[in-house]
Amino acid sequence: MTRYSAFEVIKNAFTGNKGWQPAWRKPEPKKSYDVIIVGGGGHGLSTAYYLASVHKITNVAIVEKGWLGSGNIGRNTTIVRSNYLLPENTRFYEKSMQLWRTLSHELNYNVMFSPRGVLNLAHTPGQMDLFAERGNAMRLMGGDAELLDRDQVARANPGLDVSGNARFPIEGGLLQPSAGSARHDAVAWGFARGADLLGVDILENCEVKGFLREGDNIVGVETNRGEIRAEKTGIAVAGSTSRVMRLAGIKNLPIESHVLQAFVSESLKPVIPNVVTFGNGHLYASQSDKGGLVFGGSLDGYNTYAQRGNLPLVEEVMSEFTAMYPAFARLRLLRSWGGVVDMSMDGSPIITKGPLPGMYLNAGWCYGGFKATPASGWCFAHTIANDAPHEINAPFSLERYKQGRPIDELGAGPTPGYH
Amino acid sequence: MSGYRISSPDTGVRIDPTKLLNFSFNGRTYSGFEGDTLASALLANGVGVLGRSFKYHRPRGLFSAGLEEPNALVTLRQGRRSEPNIKATEIELYDGLIAKSQNCWPSPKFDLMAINQLAGNALSAGFYYKTFMGPNVFFNKTTEVWWQFEKIIRRAAGLGKASLEADPDIYERMHAWCDVLVVGGGPAGLIAGERAAEAGAKVILCEQMAETGGSLVGSKDLIDGMEGDEWAKACIERLKDHENVRILTRTTVQSYYDDNLLHAIERVADHKIKPDAFEPRQRSWKIRAKSVIIATGAFERPLVFSGNDRPGIMLADAARRYAVEYGVLPGKLISIFTNNDTAYHAARTMADCGANIKTIIDVRQQVSGEIRAIAASIGAELLVGDAVSRTSGLQKISAIHVGHFNADSKLVAPSTHRIETDCLLVSGGWSPAIHLTSQFGGTPIWDEGLQAFLPGKALQNWYGAGAMAGKFGLANTLLSATDAAKSALKSIGIKPKKLKPPIVNSEEISVQPAAVYEIRRAIKKGKSFVDLQHDVTSEDVRLAHREGFISVEHLKRYTTLGMATDQGKTSNVTGLAIMAEARGEAIEDVGTTRFRPPFTPVTLGAIAGENYGHLKPYRLSPMNDWHIARGANMYANGLWMRPETYNQSGETVEQAYIREAGAVRKSVGLVDVSTLGKIDVQGPDAGEFLNRIYSNGFAKLPIGKARYGLMLREDGFLFDDGTTWRLDENHYLMTTTTAKAGPVMEHMEYHLDVVWPELKVSLVSVTDQWAGIALAGPNSRKVLEACVSGTDMSDKAFPFMGVRDGEITDIPIKIARLSFSGEMAFEVFCGAMHGQALWDALMDAGKAFDITPYGLEALSTLRIEKGHVAGPELNGRTNANDLGLGGMVSTKKPFIGSVLVHREALNETGRKQLVGLRSLDGQKILGGSHIVASADQAQPGESLGHTTSACFSPELNCYISLGLLKDGRARIGEKLHVTSPVRGTHGAVEVVSPHMVDPDGRRMHG
Amino acid sequence: MLIDCPWCGPRSVEEFSYRGDGTLKRPALSDNSMNAASAYVYNRENPAGDHMEIWHHGNGCRSHILVKRNTLTHKILSCELLGPYSPKRKKKK
Repeated sequence: MTRYSAFEVIKNAFTGNKGWQPAWRKPEPKKSYDVIIVGGGGHGLSTAYYLASVHKITNVAIVEKGWLGSGNIGRNTTIVRSNYLLPENTRFYEKSMQLWRTLSHELNYNVMFSPRGVLNLAHTPGQMDLFAERGNAMRLMGGDAELLDRDQVARANPGLDVSGNARFPIEGGLLQPSAGSARHDAVAWGFARGADLLGVDILENCEVKGFLREGDNIVGVETNRGEIRAEKTGIAVAGSTSRVMRLAGIKNLPIESHVLQAFVSESLKPVIPNVVTFGNGHLYASQSDKGGLVFGGSLDGYNTYAQRGNLPLVEEVMSEFTAMYPAFARLRLLRSWGGVVDMSMDGSPIITKGPLPGMYLNAGWCYGGFKATPASGWCFAHTIANDAPHEINAPFSLERYKQGRPIDELGAGPTPGYH
Repeated sequence: MSGYRISSPDTGVRIDPTKLLNFSFNGRTYSGFEGDTLASALLANGVGVLGRSFKYHRPRGLFSAGLEEPNALVTLRQGRRSEPNIKATEIELYDGLIAKSQNCWPSPKFDLMAINQLAGNALSAGFYYKTFMGPNVFFNKTTEVWWQFEKIIRRAAGLGKASLEADPDIYERMHAWCDVLVVGGGPAGLIAGERAAEAGAKVILCEQMAETGGSLVGSKDLIDGMEGDEWAKACIERLKDHENVRILTRTTVQSYYDDNLLHAIERVADHKIKPDAFEPRQRSWKIRAKSVIIATGAFERPLVFSGNDRPGIMLADAARRYAVEYGVLPGKLISIFTNNDTAYHAARTMADCGANIKTIIDVRQQVSGEIRAIAASIGAELLVGDAVSRTSGLQKISAIHVGHFNADSKLVAPSTHRIETDCLLVSGGWSPAIHLTSQFGGTPIWDEGLQAFLPGKALQNWYGAGAMAGKFGLANTLLSATDAAKSALKSIGIKPKKLKPPIVNSEEISVQPAAVYEIRRAIKKGKSFVDLQHDVTSEDVRLAHREGFISVEHLKRYTTLGMATDQGKTSNVTGLAIMAEARGEAIEDVGTTRFRPPFTPVTLGAIAGENYGHLKPYRLSPMNDWHIARGANMYANGLWMRPETYNQSGETVEQAYIREAGAVRKSVGLVDVSTLGKIDVQGPDAGEFLNRIYSNGFAKLPIGKARYGLMLREDGFLFDDGTTWRLDENHYLMTTTTAKAGPVMEHMEYHLDVVWPELKVSLVSVTDQWAGIALAGPNSRKVLEACVSGTDMSDKAFPFMGVRDGEITDIPIKIARLSFSGEMAFEVFCGAMHGQALWDALMDAGKAFDITPYGLEALSTLRIEKGHVAGPELNGRTNANDLGLGGMVSTKKPFIGSVLVHREALNETGRKQLVGLRSLDGQKILGGSHIVASADQAQPGESLGHTTSACFSPELNCYISLGLLKDGRARIGEKLHVTSPVRGTHGAVEVVSPHMVDPDGRRMHG
Repeated sequence: MLIDCPWCGPRSVEEFSYRGDGTLKRPALSDNSMNAASAYVYNRENPAGDHMEIWHHGNGCRSHILVKRNTLTHKILSCELLGPYSPKRKKKK
């Protein structure tokens, strides 16, 4: 396998790009593996990669129903941040930030991680205090956060309406300078290539139809490409969690599947320097390297498995976006799409052993799964390899709900659509 | 390009040559005619190079005549109305139009970024992923090299520039419904619309152009004995006469949502220099249709060959349209390259308009006699079995090189002819515009004969008509549209009247192309573009295949094929075909990606509609004007505006609230509490219901008494608090916090409807019906005594928590003796419309006591001093015990949350508990600070909690705060520190009881 | 989506707010079981296919409607009034 480098790119340019090989193999499934990961999305791929790279467990298969990266890794708004209030979240997402910073090198694949800063706008002094509380929490845990006043916000963001006439005038904002974005598909491809190089079999178009059991134990999966056995089976299927777990007889989980729509404008010269979120309502916007403004808002708000949403939410998002950036009202929406997200009961994920013996569960990512991709895989791999969670993901158990230890960043309570 | 205007008066049916319009393009002034598009006008003026491509910055010219245009993107208008990335083909010309090229500097003819072309193959698909990681020498192994390169790349990428000035125009939203929505005003749409209208159906017909007619515009084919152009005009006139028909021109149906909701955008004023006064620029139509007829036609595809992007190369049918509709020919010496018969039709029509068609190159090995006859009749040399192997020219095309095409190897032999030409028309077959049908999830079906995807199964109530449904040719189109109308009407129970299509007399031309997409040369030289706008070449597609990106989604994502502003309307199928060939599979096995809404780019402001400039309403108290007149700083509290402080001249906010709060403690003040949520609860089971909703007992609340209540969520955490007043046996008035008024109402309605429907209770939100004023301070009773009639205000007759009716200057009021401030205090409610009069009366009665109006800051200061909780403490993560309200969680009755509130985790040590904090060093305590043990600002250590609500206490004469502190109650008396790294403050505090003023409540009871 | 409100007739989805799984049964007031309460609060079947769910006609008559809707297609199969005027409650009497 060729190592990627500027040298190779130039060398290949002179040979008609004939020297490139497949980024990952397309192997036939073996009869058995040490570990099966169900779900060839970002989290499944990173789990397999860290199983192989950190824990030296290389006899691993990823089974993916469709094409690699076809889930939310390929349909999100690419935001990477760790600007959380609760220490459980901060610790976990800081781990992710750490992995992001070196990921391109580690994978020898440019995932285009771009620390351009994430700015949360505040519209009242009360909201500034809430942001200060969060910024201080980040700082006390070693993260970076800056509280900006209105002038500082205005200077860095020329298109924003910072006037006092705005319906919700901007008071200031909380900036996490080290946060930013990455190229979503590249993350999937980079992890896939990295895992494949270490011997992981990536099995695309391989749909799990059932689980193999010995007594209570899960000992593998039944797929459209035959039975595949393994001592350990990890599930990382995001929006499809309830569907897949039902095949194992688990009928109830603290998860609902919802659709989150995302939007991209036509391509423009750079105009939004960082990731900006509106503080009154729910909206986040950034600009891709190609120049499209990428933005999104709330959930449509009902259970769904269809990767498409409805018009009311589109109208709400455009209303908020043009309120935030009245200069951009004349720009045009190029494309919208929807991803099915696994909304948990407290807005935080689940990375755990169980709930059945031989099984491991990674779910409940709500709409924050992309930024978690490296840490999620890193923690999940640790949990699978050691049969116990790492201290970073220990709080993200399935039992926490029943116990009354929710990790409820927004304080919205046990209603999945509210997080 | 050497386009020019035809002098013959028979051509150019869309334009009015008597109306000359001047416009400016790239700083030069040109003229065109009314009815022109910017594209046709530029073509007529011979402007060939309109812009540069995305990646290689290659010169590009006009490629199409419609919204599928990949090349001719311009920035239209200037200043606040500047609009980037507009396709010249969709801009209707108006006098004074200003447009310029984009993504090139200094000009499209000479662009410095064209240096990218030198990088050539290094900029192939996916090259970003393989480089810019930087050498692995940084000790921290971060990818800082990319962070630097990215800045340069971002600047180079992107198309037009966004304006930074607010859009001055307005938008509006319309809601409409109909029996039959017809999408497309071409022949299929017109006849389907007429059939539906005749049957009495309510019809909406949307046409994206300024005029209906579609392919009939300028057509001489006969329908019912009339020329097509004339028939179409007559048809639309007949339709206009139907009362049940609404025709929307300049309206594009963009998106198809659930339950036959379609979203269309009408460009009301885009064809003018600016909208008229009060005229919306665009209008968003939300159309709920019982049935839909989709008659959106088809897009012509190009062929892929070396140098196929040169200005002067254009789709064949687009050239026909320019000739017929706009009276413009794209060149003086035209060649055609095709794989199908339709290009001959275009050639003949153009020749009729006076075009000089020199050569037709047909990649097929055989063509019919009729086709040969057409070529002969227009005097064009016909080269059958040949292909264009490459093109040449400085920027614009000047010659093509033609060689024999091998149908098996898809290779073109070294060229045998060099043909001088200034315009090459290409035709590679047709792709039906199935976008709307696919958005909803119907998987498109491959048609081998048409070499195109046709709409999949209808998952909603729509019917395809004409080319969109794969029915090409006029007779077929009208037949399929008549059938579609019949089916649509039947589906909604309307009986069709006329069943037969009109009689057509036209030559039927086969649209079935040869399955040739790309012409390859044995020696790989030059670039063959699949996606012109994104500069995706056929080699990029093969590279994606080589690297394993073989699924259609991977192809799209890895190469960015079809992701530009044209969304691949002319390139998707070709890309799939090249991938299919590389995979050695059929196109249908490779499949296609789902089309996503919108169909074509939509103005963001148009979707926002009236909300652009008016995001949300303001909620205003009945006394709002008074507050403003009094000089209040208004503070946004959700949608409400509330007075923060009433600043006197020269006062800061802090000085003002200290004065206001001090005045309350000293004498009396009044505050507008109209924003509190108010819910009227009535019914024989109202008491029982409240007893289930609140965690503390409500069963024994006597009539004429109020009680403070705590609401939990079902998971045992705090939801809201407030007082509820028992007005009568079966009648209560509940108040909630301002923020939770809506959620509490919904919570109660849910439980009554869904959980306990047997309870006889009804609820009405009366937030807006009652104005509320709180009167607080030692003299509050005296003020009321001075103005209230009808009730005894004495302490004995009106004890703490009492509720009474009364009157103030004839205004009926309800008074409750409640205290948020800790002082003796009353809440006085009256009908909202009397709010101001009541406020005035109280101000008047209070004069003797120097009554002071106070705002939110003073309200907050008073309750912080008293240790009363509010929003910052009820943050959704705290429970009653945390806030020292454990005693309000009844153990004697079940209520919402009564089971889960007793979980161990909610009551264990280590939880954060409510405390008071007093500044020990005179420093201000800031909201959002964290509580730490360390005195060292640089090493604050771990967070033990945070401040929730802070203020200066005029009563204690120091800065204080409420806070949530780990095991806080056990820490009372400890000296800790509050730190706010983001604000750079750090100070010493003492942990105290949250009840910092009047802990035993003598004042409010007194 | 178009929800057929039994009071108001078919109305666009933006008039409603979603109140989630309609199959949940709150344990009786007398039931002190933590398991039952926590199942009610936290567990969801989240089916891919037909789903019974509750919508609140907040910008309309404010009734709660039990809607059967397919979560794969968004097709609404039935709408039934909940609360004191529910046809089911009348039958019981």
